[in-house]
Amino acid sequence: MTAIASAIASAVGGRRAALWAAVVFVLLCAASLSVGVAGLSDGAPLELLLVSRLPRTAAAILVGAGLAIAGLVMQILARNRFVDASIAGTEQSAALGILLATAVWPAASVAGKMAVAAAAALAGTALFLVLVRRLPPTEPFLMPLFGIVYGGVIAAGVTFVAWQMDLLQLLETWLNGDLSGILRGRYELLWGVGVMVVLVWWLADALTIASLGRDTGTGLGLDYERMMQVGLVIVSVLAALTVVVVGMVPFVGLIVPNIVSRLRGDNLRGALPWVAAGGAGLTLACDVLGRLLRYPYEVPLGTVLGVVGAAAFLWLVRGGRARG
Amino acid sequence: MIAIDGVSLTLQGTPILHDVSATLPKGELIALIGPNGAGKSSLLSLVARLIPLQSGRITVDGLPVDRTPGRRLARTLTIMRQDTGLAARLTVRELVGFGRFPHSRGRLTDEDRRHIAAALAEFDLTELAGRTLDALSGGQRQRAFVAMAFCQGTDYLLLDEPLNNLDMMYGRQMMRILRHLVDRQGRTVVIVLHDINYAAAYADRIVAMKDGRIIASGPPDAVLTTDGLEAMYGYRMPVHRIGDRLFIPHHD
Ligand SMILES: Nc1ncnc2c1ncn2[C@@H]1O[C@H](COP(=O)(O)OP(=O)(O)O)[C@@H](O)[C@H]1O
Ligand SMILES: [Mg+2]
Repeated sequence: MTAIASAIASAVGGRRAALWAAVVFVLLCAASLSVGVAGLSDGAPLELLLVSRLPRTAAAILVGAGLAIAGLVMQILARNRFVDASIAGTEQSAALGILLATAVWPAASVAGKMAVAAAAALAGTALFLVLVRRLPPTEPFLMPLFGIVYGGVIAAGVTFVAWQMDLLQLLETWLNGDLSGILRGRYELLWGVGVMVVLVWWLADALTIASLGRDTGTGLGLDYERMMQVGLVIVSVLAALTVVVVGMVPFVGLIVPNIVSRLRGDNLRGALPWVAAGGAGLTLACDVLGRLLRYPYEVPLGTVLGVVGAAAFLWLVRGGRARG
Repeated sequence: MIAIDGVSLTLQGTPILHDVSATLPKGELIALIGPNGAGKSSLLSLVARLIPLQSGRITVDGLPVDRTPGRRLARTLTIMRQDTGLAARLTVRELVGFGRFPHSRGRLTDEDRRHIAAALAEFDLTELAGRTLDALSGGQRQRAFVAMAFCQGTDYLLLDEPLNNLDMMYGRQMMRILRHLVDRQGRTVVIVLHDINYAAAYADRIVAMKDGRIIASGPPDAVLTTDGLEAMYGYRMPVHRIGDRLFIPHHD
């Protein structure tokens, strides 16, 4: 296991790795643009590309990059490698926010719902972070376990409210992420992910220092509390953007930062592009897979990532044990 | 000068420090000694504003630690605590480089790189510079963290038990580097030490704590006496003088 990991690590050293990653990424984009029920050869191919395939591909890239970055920041906030926005209740809280906004304020614009979702995500994540402070730091796996229960409770609350409000038919669109409904005009909010990624890039050194802990960070002149607040906003906005546009997508934020940490280290200035690209690549690959598995029908992105992600999580946990 | 004036601390209802006052002059190597739980780490944490000040005043070079912006203070004072947090896969060079953060906010200049190279060389870490922290022994990691503090280039260094995990050779080397910092560069080092023989050999001044109070302060000759050590540690040990050195066999 370790031998394989180090072989991979040496193979992905520096520029060569970037080149290979770029090739894989371009191939994934090409696959995403060409796979679908409507063939590119019949009808109006350009129209199909512009209205459906390109937006869908862009959405997969933005969602994936955003969730991977959100996971990375979440791990620094929680001081635990085994959480992300789908495990800490952030995405579930965002879904609750959208549901409440839809019920109370049906005429709200997408941006308005997004604001309510972000506020709900912030509250839900802040509560999670307060609650996990009581967990012993010597037992890192208690936090994801607690998070799964916490997220489950919020998701149950979402279902209950939806049932009360007679909105059950909409529920699936938020609780299980799906890119099949993405068309031009329905995903543009996701460009907000780009803004967040740039913000995180700008904060990369401060975030790395924050990940060294409160004492070391403070000693180096970092305003640790402020950093935590900014991180909380970043995670909440990224999760809310994703849930509003495509619905909940699990595991990307958990798997990608852990793999990148093993291969590229923890200096975020160097690791961030890999985290963003890794999240985008994983999401694109899972979306294409979902389109091919039961062709011509589709398996939703959330379902594919649920299976792929759970397997990868188990592998990570085993690897984490083996490396101590 | 570090001026501590009437500082008390209570954590979770337990009184930890009782009306502590002390003046630590600039340009000295000051050893903080005392039994476990005496409050040494708490006092250092207060000076380094890692714990908010509850009562009293602390200034470093005239800067009040509770009201000076964190980044400004980080160019005057550094604290070393061994705490890697999450970032176990930083290389030694990257970690030491973060010591320059208060100066360059992450954009390393040529001067920063000179500081980093000097810190790596000083602490015998050049060979290990490319290794990640999770691939180091406890002692090597300890040296990397002290090197980061050194690289920060501050006039005041607070070090909480930096000799932990170090073998005799590196323990001695660490103390000699610190002595050198004080003698040649006029820096001030406050260091928590458990081995009173190290304190006797290297410190200009010893501050002895017990039960949240400072019970003695002064040059080693004055503080390290059989009676004084009994008051601190609860048993009598002989204090020998060999040449101009104090030697205290405390283990039999
Ligand atoms: N967060 C805390 N809450 C309550 N008591 C604490 C806390 N931190 C330290 N203490 C207590 O304060 C006393 C002094 O601790 P410390 O400053 O770490 O001592 P030293 O470094 O001299 O061994 C100890 O009795 C310790 O148990
Ligand atoms: Mg201590």
